[in-house]
Amino acid sequence: MHVLFYIAAAVAIFATLMMLTRLNAVHALLYLIVSLLAVAIVFFTIGAPFMAALEVIIYAGAIMVLFVFVVMLLNLGKRQVAQEKAWQRPGMWPGPVILAIILIVEVAFLVGRPGGAAVGTQAIGPKQVGIALFGPYLIGVELASFLLLGALVGAYHLGVRKQEKLEKRNDKHTHESGAAAGGDFVRAGADRPAGTP
Amino acid sequence: MLHLLWLIPALPFAGAFVLIVFGPRLPKRAVAIIGPGVIAVAGVITILIAISFLRTPPPNHAYTQELWTWFDVGGFHPHIGLYLDALSLLMTLVVTFVGFLIHWYSTEFMDGDEGYSRFFAYMNLFVAAMLMLLLGDNLLLLFLGWEGVGLCSYLLIGFWYQDWANCVAARKAFIVTRVGDVAMTLGLLLLFTHLGTLDIQDLMHRALTQWPVGSSLAVWAGFLLLGGAVGKSAQLPLQTWLPDAMAGPTPTSALIHAATMVTAGVYLIARTHVLFSLAPAAQTAVAVVGIATLILAGFAALTQWDLKRILAYSTVSQIGYMFLALGVGAWSAALFHFMTHAFFKALLFLGAGIVINACHHEHSIFKMGGLRKQLPVAFWTFLIAGCSLAGLPLITAGFYSKGLIIYESRAAANGSTTLWTLAVIGVLLTSLYTFRMIFVTFFGEPKTHVEHKPGYSMKIPCIVLAVLSVIGGFVETPRFLGDAHFFTDFLHTTLPAVIPGSAGMSELGSELWVTLAFVVGLVVSYYLYMVNPALVEAITAPALSKALHRFWFSDWGMDWLYDHLFVRPVVWFAHVDRRDFIDGFYNGCAALSRGIYRGLRTTETGRVRWYAAGIVFGSIVFVAIVLLV
Amino acid sequence: MFALGLTGLLVRRNLMLMLMSIEVMLNAAGLAFVVAGARWMQPDGQIMFIFILSSAAAEVAVGLALVLQLYHHHKSLDADAISEMRG
Repeated sequence: MHVLFYIAAAVAIFATLMMLTRLNAVHALLYLIVSLLAVAIVFFTIGAPFMAALEVIIYAGAIMVLFVFVVMLLNLGKRQVAQEKAWQRPGMWPGPVILAIILIVEVAFLVGRPGGAAVGTQAIGPKQVGIALFGPYLIGVELASFLLLGALVGAYHLGVRKQEKLEKRNDKHTHESGAAAGGDFVRAGADRPAGTP
Repeated sequence: MLHLLWLIPALPFAGAFVLIVFGPRLPKRAVAIIGPGVIAVAGVITILIAISFLRTPPPNHAYTQELWTWFDVGGFHPHIGLYLDALSLLMTLVVTFVGFLIHWYSTEFMDGDEGYSRFFAYMNLFVAAMLMLLLGDNLLLLFLGWEGVGLCSYLLIGFWYQDWANCVAARKAFIVTRVGDVAMTLGLLLLFTHLGTLDIQDLMHRALTQWPVGSSLAVWAGFLLLGGAVGKSAQLPLQTWLPDAMAGPTPTSALIHAATMVTAGVYLIARTHVLFSLAPAAQTAVAVVGIATLILAGFAALTQWDLKRILAYSTVSQIGYMFLALGVGAWSAALFHFMTHAFFKALLFLGAGIVINACHHEHSIFKMGGLRKQLPVAFWTFLIAGCSLAGLPLITAGFYSKGLIIYESRAAANGSTTLWTLAVIGVLLTSLYTFRMIFVTFFGEPKTHVEHKPGYSMKIPCIVLAVLSVIGGFVETPRFLGDAHFFTDFLHTTLPAVIPGSAGMSELGSELWVTLAFVVGLVVSYYLYMVNPALVEAITAPALSKALHRFWFSDWGMDWLYDHLFVRPVVWFAHVDRRDFIDGFYNGCAALSRGIYRGLRTTETGRVRWYAAGIVFGSIVFVAIVLLV
Repeated sequence: MFALGLTGLLVRRNLMLMLMSIEVMLNAAGLAFVVAGARWMQPDGQIMFIFILSSAAAEVAVGLALVLQLYHHHKSLDADAISEMRG
């Protein structure tokens, strides 16, 4: 059990590291999904099976799929790879790395003080979670639903764009204006030289 | 009747307010009615109050009307209160009456000026402030009126402000009187700190009980108040502003600088007479200032060619007489002379206004001449006023008032023969320059053509004042001439009688000497200016007399002295401080904060990642604090 | 893992990758909560994780919509290009 835990944890960390350093957005996404799946296994090993399932379904399943959709929509392509190459200079790594290391050290210090207990001796199943959710945490559930509703409406509103102008433009000049206006995601970036934003 | 006292200053205030706010929109006739009208109504009320006061005097011959408490800070609570006694009643009568006549005169004099309503607004405001000064029951209210008249004097001197010289004159008047005002403020502070109140009657009472005669506090207070009075009344050493103040319109000169504002100093000293009788040194100083100014201004007037400047110096000189009387303790004599002086000096200025108007605004008397035939009303009224000023015996008011002062300057306990002699010499000088002025202006060959004859609005006030200049003196005649003493009896309800000393000369003798001086002056000036004008040239030709002439002409060099003593150092310092090193400190503070701003600005890059890094950094710091503390 | 996500946020300039790093951070926080709940044998940690999950979902939805808008506006996904609130 413990071995599984450590392997899954190592996979998660490695996958995240790979995600950080990939130039292609889709590659990075895929690594992130791997990382999330690894975290789900970690959940399993510590006795939270319901959470593992939720992690896979919602996080890796819905949220990451959303990411994938948007990445496809933006159609970043070769141009974007070159862009990332230009942006990912080695010179910009030390600063954030130092900050992160300091944080890790501090948190480790904070956490490592009192004695640790055995983890994962008892699995807390969905039944217990459900009882707690509909008991003391009822208000939280309601609030979460508010939040999701708000996010839904907001996302819809933000996603709306004026379609009429686009149509007219596409009518007159299909190639250049469509690309120039950037409104047509399918063709955007296809005719621009690589490396320019 | 007495309860209408508050209307007397309130009406001119209301008039001034209306004219300030609505003046430019009102038709000229309305302004001409409102301006003099409020003064007339105030004057009528004053007369009614006077009648009531005389017939049934209030207890203690004083009436106080407290309107409201001005403010109440730390135990100091001056009231807006009006105090009526013989002194303030007398001066209020003169101010409203003469003021009304001058306002009436100005409706025609200022006709055609585009600042018509502004003029009457300022004049009304001035009369209101002056009445506040006279009727206030505490020194703070008096000071309010004091500053108010100073302000209106400034506004009116610089009335034709488009001409830079007028602005300079107004500024000079304000600054010089300000010096006096500083002294007065210090005096008020001293009085309040040591006696705890500024209510005049209360103050006098406390001073009497708490300060012995000759106490240094009383002397200091007296000197400081004298400083204030000297500034406002244009006495030595602050008399330099009055001749330049003639840049204002002639009715202004008549009202402010002849009849009323310049007598504010006289009123102040008379009001606080208790203080001065507690401080003999200060009182002597008053007399010395008076006599010195008298002589100095007399010589200066002798050399002037500008008609209004002659009258200005004459005013300075006559107020010197009033100060002299106050200095020897002859309080009611001083106020008697104030009353008669108001009449004839205002008349002289009004007449001068007619003359100047008629000669195309020509001010030099040597360019006028022969106006006797062309402006008869002006000539006769001017002549009567001039005779009153010089003191024509028996039939002019000036004779009686000046004679009384001169006699008292010798006969009073504080008087002396020196004072008397100098005062008589002053009469000689007065007579000289007055008749010089009259002969040169009205007699001889006409040098300027008369274009603008006065209408009845200008003539009637002059005639009324001329009548008063004649009969005004009959309320107080010497013992050997009828022994009327209505005036001093009236004033003795508030002011003490003069303390008699050894006169060494009877009243008759003194009057004879005065008459002699008058006649000598008349004869000499007649000879010099009518019979043998060439003699004047001969006298002033030699270098010494030319230098003397120039010296006297420039007000005994006082303008030059003040310029070198005060004006130039200040201007020099202003040049040195051009970049204002004192302001540099404040600019430095501003520059420092700007520098800090620039430094902090670089942290606002607008980039999200930078901000995220900031958050991380901050959280590190917090966690470190939690860990280490 | 949180530190890794943080590093990713600071290092990457592409908006999409920044958002992904934020997801990593959220996930790490949730992991911490679940572990804590498991350590104390209580369901509260898992409940917290559910809430975090739902808020992450909401945030992703809105965030991606914003990213779309920004791309439409600036024609690029450069995080540094959106620095109009410079001081």
